Amino acid sequence: MSALEGLAVGDIVAEREIVLTRDSLVRYAGASGDFNPIHYRDDAAASVGLPGVLAHGMLTMGAAVQPVVDWAGGAGRVRDYQVRFTRPVVVSPEDGALLAVSAKVGAIDREARTARIDLTVRFGGDTVLGKAQVVVALD
Amino acid sequence: MAVNPAIQGRSYPQTPPYLVGREKVREFARAVLATDRASLDVEAARAAGFADLVAPPTFAVVVQEHSLTQLLTDPEAGIDFTRVVHGDQRFSFTRPIVAGDELTATLTVTSVKSLGGHSMVTASSAIVDSAGAHVVTATSTLVVRGDE
Repeated sequence: MSALEGLAVGDIVAEREIVLTRDSLVRYAGASGDFNPIHYRDDAAASVGLPGVLAHGMLTMGAAVQPVVDWAGGAGRVRDYQVRFTRPVVVSPEDGALLAVSAKVGAIDREARTARIDLTVRFGGDTVLGKAQVVVALD
Repeated sequence: MAVNPAIQGRSYPQTPPYLVGREKVREFARAVLATDRASLDVEAARAAGFADLVAPPTFAVVVQEHSLTQLLTDPEAGIDFTRVVHGDQRFSFTRPIVAGDELTATLTVTSVKSLGGHSMVTASSAIVDSAGAHVVTATSTLVVRGDE
């Protein structure tokens, strides 16, 4: 559990590396019900001109918030979460895709006892989410 | 075929109730690599003050999806779903989703815009529980690519 006390804008509150594999995509397809074949079949991805099988944007969004969930003290603390999908995450059949997540305090509302945490999610050096912001309630 | 601009402001009927299953929450939590004990362990969820497992924030998309299907299959909307790319996504919570919730979604098209041959459709789904109380609003912007 994290407290507002002592928290400052600009603080890095969490960093994590996440590996998404083809297995992760199949698992997410089943859990979410999104069975678009571009997320597990190379031929389907190639037929619509994609460079390879892509991670579901919603999987990237769902996994990227987890370091903040853990830092804030649980999923129940999230009040608002938004992202823009700016670049695709191509998942190699052998090595998967490595995402580097960094979570920084963007704003603090001491009245409402919330903090806005801004996420940077990089894949191969490029950011894949834009305006990725999580508002969490803190003690 | 272009998206019909007249769908701006249109609402669709409330979706049938979706019962949030405990094992579905666990399955989804594992799929998004969650390590929050309140999403995996009932005792931990209860100790944190919840009636049952707490769904990860993006679980709301599973309920939202049923309302998006109404929009995507509406012949009057003119959305070719083979050309749809997910542009952005937002969840605004009144409270988290908890296993045992029975949820329905009501989708409203809040905006339709044209941008360089593409259409951008923003749809907002208000998700409420069996008492009619607001739980979360899920908002998506779908980019519908024009003819190349």
